[in-house]
Amino acid sequence: MNRISQLFNQKKTSVLSIFFTAGYPGLHSTVDIAEALEKAGADFLEIGIPYSDPLADGPVIQNSSQKAIANGMTVKLLFEQLKDLRKRVSVPVLLMGYVNPVLQYGVERFCASCAEVGVDGVIVPDLPMYEYEEMYRTCFEKNHVSNIFLITPHTSEERIKKIDELSNGFIYLLSSSSTTGKSLSVSATTEDYFARIKNMNLQNPTMIGFGISDHTSFSKASEYANGAIVGSAFVRLLDSENYMEKIPEFVKGIKGEISVS
Amino acid sequence: MSYHVNENGYFGSFGGAYIPEMLYPNIEELKRVYSQMISDPAFTAEYTQLLRDYVGRPSPLYLAERLSQKYGASIYLKREDLNHTGAHKINNTVGQILLAERLGKKRIIAETGAGQHGVATATVCALKGLECVVYMGEVDIERQAPNVARMKMMGATVIPATSGSKTLKDATNEALRDWINNPADTHYIIGSVVGPHPYPDMVARFQSIISEETKWQLKEKTGSTEPDYVLACVGGGSNAMGMFYHFLDDANVRLIAVEAAGKGVDSGETAATTLLGKEGVLHGSRSIVMQTEDGQVVEPYSISAGLDYPGIGPQHAHLYASKRAQYVSITDDEAMEAALLLTQLEGIIPAIESAHAFAYLDKMQFKGGETVVVCLSGRGDKDLNTYMKYFGL
Repeated sequence: MNRISQLFNQKKTSVLSIFFTAGYPGLHSTVDIAEALEKAGADFLEIGIPYSDPLADGPVIQNSSQKAIANGMTVKLLFEQLKDLRKRVSVPVLLMGYVNPVLQYGVERFCASCAEVGVDGVIVPDLPMYEYEEMYRTCFEKNHVSNIFLITPHTSEERIKKIDELSNGFIYLLSSSSTTGKSLSVSATTEDYFARIKNMNLQNPTMIGFGISDHTSFSKASEYANGAIVGSAFVRLLDSENYMEKIPEFVKGIKGEISVS
Repeated sequence: MSYHVNENGYFGSFGGAYIPEMLYPNIEELKRVYSQMISDPAFTAEYTQLLRDYVGRPSPLYLAERLSQKYGASIYLKREDLNHTGAHKINNTVGQILLAERLGKKRIIAETGAGQHGVATATVCALKGLECVVYMGEVDIERQAPNVARMKMMGATVIPATSGSKTLKDATNEALRDWINNPADTHYIIGSVVGPHPYPDMVARFQSIISEETKWQLKEKTGSTEPDYVLACVGGGSNAMGMFYHFLDDANVRLIAVEAAGKGVDSGETAATTLLGKEGVLHGSRSIVMQTEDGQVVEPYSISAGLDYPGIGPQHAHLYASKRAQYVSITDDEAMEAALLLTQLEGIIPAIESAHAFAYLDKMQFKGGETVVVCLSGRGDKDLNTYMKYFGL
């Protein structure tokens, strides 16, 4: 059983995952930020692999990707930085990136590197289910790397069931069909969608992402799923001075352990 | 060998639909409605009628006598420059706007490089009374100002793409992001044979009217449907795919695709994708992409905004890999000289994109008497600023 399943076995509600871009704001800030997030109370982490054409991302993550690439971040360098990951971080860690850099690195080599450094899963939004099943599933499973699929309000029930079958880890529920960094507006339709998924009693845990930026949206999302993922709001924090010092307050603020004005 | 798409959306090992889940329902809906539509006689009738009465098809196949004399071959120009809006792009937008109607979409988005596809999209939106939003790289907005004005005059909103190289690649990213955020009411009219399946095949079929007409026109003029050579320029590759389409299975017809070498293939400022690219995924399909070792997409360069793209359509990648077509490249300077030559020998000012195809004639060795068809994909009005600057006119 990998760390992701272990986590969800122990913790069923209000699981908090935080996303940030590797190599941003500093080329070598990746593992320091990961360690600080764990200390601050994040339940697991998603490290973004920067890509030149991140078409599912809004301006905040686009900007962080562009800067990380300019800083010199590459897939190869990221795996080098992650060599000491498991000495410093014990929570589950996922890599999130687009398919092209993974293809250039080599999918087999990518899965093997994940296993080697202790990365538990990957989220590749533009890797289709068909290609994953036909070409890459064996390689992921051999290395015990979970492939995380996305579900949107428009994903059909039949497809959700198929995704549930193929998943081992959790399923990423998009709060709306949008790029990253929009604010969450929970309308009646969104609540219906969240409730519909909840009532499907999927075998995999679910995490809600896109638009989760504060305690209000985090706790709202946690009513319907096992937890939620914060991305752009945290990446925005990294743009500020002394960001390392602000990480504990940010995480505690999202969890509602302290009130943030 | 099949040069066409298979049931999984692949041309050989290229193609597919590498899209985030947010676009999955749109793509499925598109596939379904598109396949119903192309076998519907009512669609064919409407499409054909619009191409005839609105676009002005068939476009002439013109024997360029003075050019032929110069090179020692019979050179025919397929005059896509004479279409309404001045380029081949409208063949596709007419087809896709009829599709949008059948999809029940009220809002149309598009990306554009040279502005020809943006204009062709704004045109059909005006024709059908649909809202139109065009994404265009900031750099391209500057160098193709007349086309921006035309789009605005037709009621379209032109949104500058300010990320990355601020050209066609980035405009395409912005259009895809718009579609992700507006999946229900919006249809994305992609302008080239790129993007996730079914776009490459669909755009190629809408453009295939170019080679369909060429065949019977050539038969009328020469007695044979088969030329020795067919030439077209390639950015994403829509005019080339349309020009090649009905010749793909004619093994005797040599197909030549001309890419933009920019300031030279080794200059670092180029768009010669097949020479410099590697297999990869860009804008939803697996193809050949100019990229770094780490898989970051390289920013291309060409003097012509329409060829300034770091990939090629997946069907082109398949034609390249299977060697069915030959891919060559032409520099900015060679294209500009060829444009001037065509203007002075034939009285036709070509788009700089199309001039790349003409420039390759100079590199070919003719025995004499060969039949050559060159796709004159667009007219040069939009490029006057660039011509004036380059030639000091």
